[in-house]
Amino acid sequence: MGRVSPDTAAVHAAAPARVTPARARLLVRLRSRSAVGIVMTLPLILLIVGLVAYPFFYAIYLSLLNKRETAFVGLDNFRFLLTRDTFWLVVQTSFLFTSLAVLWKAILGLTLALVIHTLPPRGQRVWRGLSLIPWVMPLALSSLGWWWIYEPTHSALNWVLVLLGFSPKSWLAEPFWARFSVTLVNIWYGTPFFMITYLAGLKSIPQELYESSAIDGANAAQRLRYVTLPMLKNIIAITLLFSTIVTLATFDIVRVLTRGGPREWTHLFGTYAFELGIASGDVPLGAAVSLFMFPILAVSAFFILRGIRRSTS
Amino acid sequence: MAQVLMKDLNKKYDEVHAVKDVNLHVRDKEFIVLVGPSGCGKSTTLRMVAGLEEITAGEITIGDRVVNDLPPKDRDIAMVFQNYALYPHMTVYDNMAFGLKMRKFPKAEIAKRVGDAAEILGIQELLRRKPRQLSGGQRQRVAVGRAIVRHPQVFLFDEPLSNLDAKLRVQMRVELKRLHDRLETTAIYVTHDQVEAMTLGDRVVVMKDGWIQQVGEPLELYSKPANRFVAGFIGSPAMNFMDVAVTDAGGALWVESNGLRVKVPPVHAGRLGAYRGQHVTLGIRPEDLRVATGADSGDYAFDTVVDVVEPLGSEILLDLKAGDHALVARVEPTVRVKEHEQLRLALQPERLHFFDLKTELSI
Ligand SMILES: Nc1ncnc2c1ncn2[C@@H]1O[C@H](COP(=O)(O)OP(=O)(O)O)[C@@H](O)[C@H]1O
Ligand SMILES: [Mg+2]
Repeated sequence: MGRVSPDTAAVHAAAPARVTPARARLLVRLRSRSAVGIVMTLPLILLIVGLVAYPFFYAIYLSLLNKRETAFVGLDNFRFLLTRDTFWLVVQTSFLFTSLAVLWKAILGLTLALVIHTLPPRGQRVWRGLSLIPWVMPLALSSLGWWWIYEPTHSALNWVLVLLGFSPKSWLAEPFWARFSVTLVNIWYGTPFFMITYLAGLKSIPQELYESSAIDGANAAQRLRYVTLPMLKNIIAITLLFSTIVTLATFDIVRVLTRGGPREWTHLFGTYAFELGIASGDVPLGAAVSLFMFPILAVSAFFILRGIRRSTS
Repeated sequence: MAQVLMKDLNKKYDEVHAVKDVNLHVRDKEFIVLVGPSGCGKSTTLRMVAGLEEITAGEITIGDRVVNDLPPKDRDIAMVFQNYALYPHMTVYDNMAFGLKMRKFPKAEIAKRVGDAAEILGIQELLRRKPRQLSGGQRQRVAVGRAIVRHPQVFLFDEPLSNLDAKLRVQMRVELKRLHDRLETTAIYVTHDQVEAMTLGDRVVVMKDGWIQQVGEPLELYSKPANRFVAGFIGSPAMNFMDVAVTDAGGALWVESNGLRVKVPPVHAGRLGAYRGQHVTLGIRPEDLRVATGADSGDYAFDTVVDVVEPLGSEILLDLKAGDHALVARVEPTVRVKEHEQLRLALQPERLHFFDLKTELSI
């Protein structure tokens, strides 16, 4: 660190023979690595400030106003929410939805990745491509497709059920099945992300470890347990964290399929905030709902990142 | 304790015929080294013994069992990989214990064996560490330790020292040799480094393009190479090769070319007689050349011009020109010569090598 690094030395050497004092000062500044770093990342920093920090603090500001946004009411919006049964139902649904969806996405994604990983390279490409389709389709569009599938009277799903001798269901109208349907679509949509990430992770595990464990006498299940999973541990943690964040913020699926119904049973933070803030016109209350996501995400990020740091230090 | 037999062993990948008709008998307790340039099929051969590669044709016997269809774990072998292949998330102890754990050894027995191996290798203090907290040499020891706790019938090594720096490599080489003397377990060792092969092997197998070129004790390979390839591969600096004509003059055979004329010594005269009037390849090892004195016979000496002088301390390497031929001589450190000077060299007549120009076989 103490030495002049080659690239900055080059900047120095390339300076013209006659150097004005102002120029010399600039060169000295540039020689400091951190200054260069800050200058070069400035556009990104501005972008993040504009797109993330500003809306975040604006949401905090909004959540402290009254419904007509004319007066400052402190934490009243938050207090009000805590007294509402619907809010607690939203909390419950969000937890259930996020934890089940993330868990199943991870399990299915890992299983798919393991299966695809064993295929010969050419087959891998085909299946990898196919299984990415749910993820690359616009979610609002595919949710509409699912809405058709769930449609009670004329749709494929009930038709198949009847064919198999079961009774048809009104998928999006019964509380349990509505929650189930929404979760299923999210799993369908998000599994490819896990699959592709785990596949990349699997490819980075040295083949020699498997050969060594084969000689050591580990069977397939033991290889999974003692080699694959430990080697994927950090990737699993990161994907869980990342997916928790985006799953908790799910909006399109619920909005398209159920609009939060029946009787608010499928509302998540995002759709409930939209319902209160935009549809019912109480923007500060909607902002307060969406801000409840923040501490939940912060806590889970803390634990997961701490786990990663522990295992790598 | 077991012998290993390879019979007409072949390995074909889609486009590459990697191992061709390998026949090899590794004797019980023997340390045998497979050596050859990169891509010659050494690793593939070893991996077929380990059970990590399917055998295309042929048969492998370990002890008295044909193992072609046995999975690696049932072959009673242990392997040390070039990149160590330690499990990064396990401690050194768990790495060494893993194979025993998978085989359901009792805890006490595992602890005893790991302890013994750690003591032999001097890594007792490292047992609680993770591989990434170890130096290259320490990792290498752990990898060896993992192999010896199993008490296998055969050790397989695939270039285990090539990731170490030169000094450590020499040190580990000695340790491996000592370890083999102590454990007396049959070992097959793969390397591309002929010095490693010569120093470690009871016998050395030289391979090229999937074929075995020669099997023999180190000194046998050095003094009686079967063909030009082995002659050039074994020994450092490599043997000098020259295209020469076999001629008949004054009742004796000579080999000559531009700038060089040497009498064929009696030991070779008989076999070389058939090549009268033809060309052969003459091979002279750099260490079989020395600076000529007045006493040397003109039949076994020739004039050269010094091109480059490389003093190594214990010896001097001279790059020389003899007529059209470039050659290397290894001479005493006391020799004083400068570049572009004339120098007359003498050679050891009984140590000359001759090779057929076409078949490249030793004559
Ligand atoms: N899995 C494989 N698929 C195709 N060709 C291979 C494979 N493994 C090795 N080969 C080829 O077989 C030949 C021998 O390889 P190898 O045994 O690894 O050589 P080395 O003597 O350097 O250990 C090489 O030409 C190599 O490219
Ligand atoms: Mg190899």
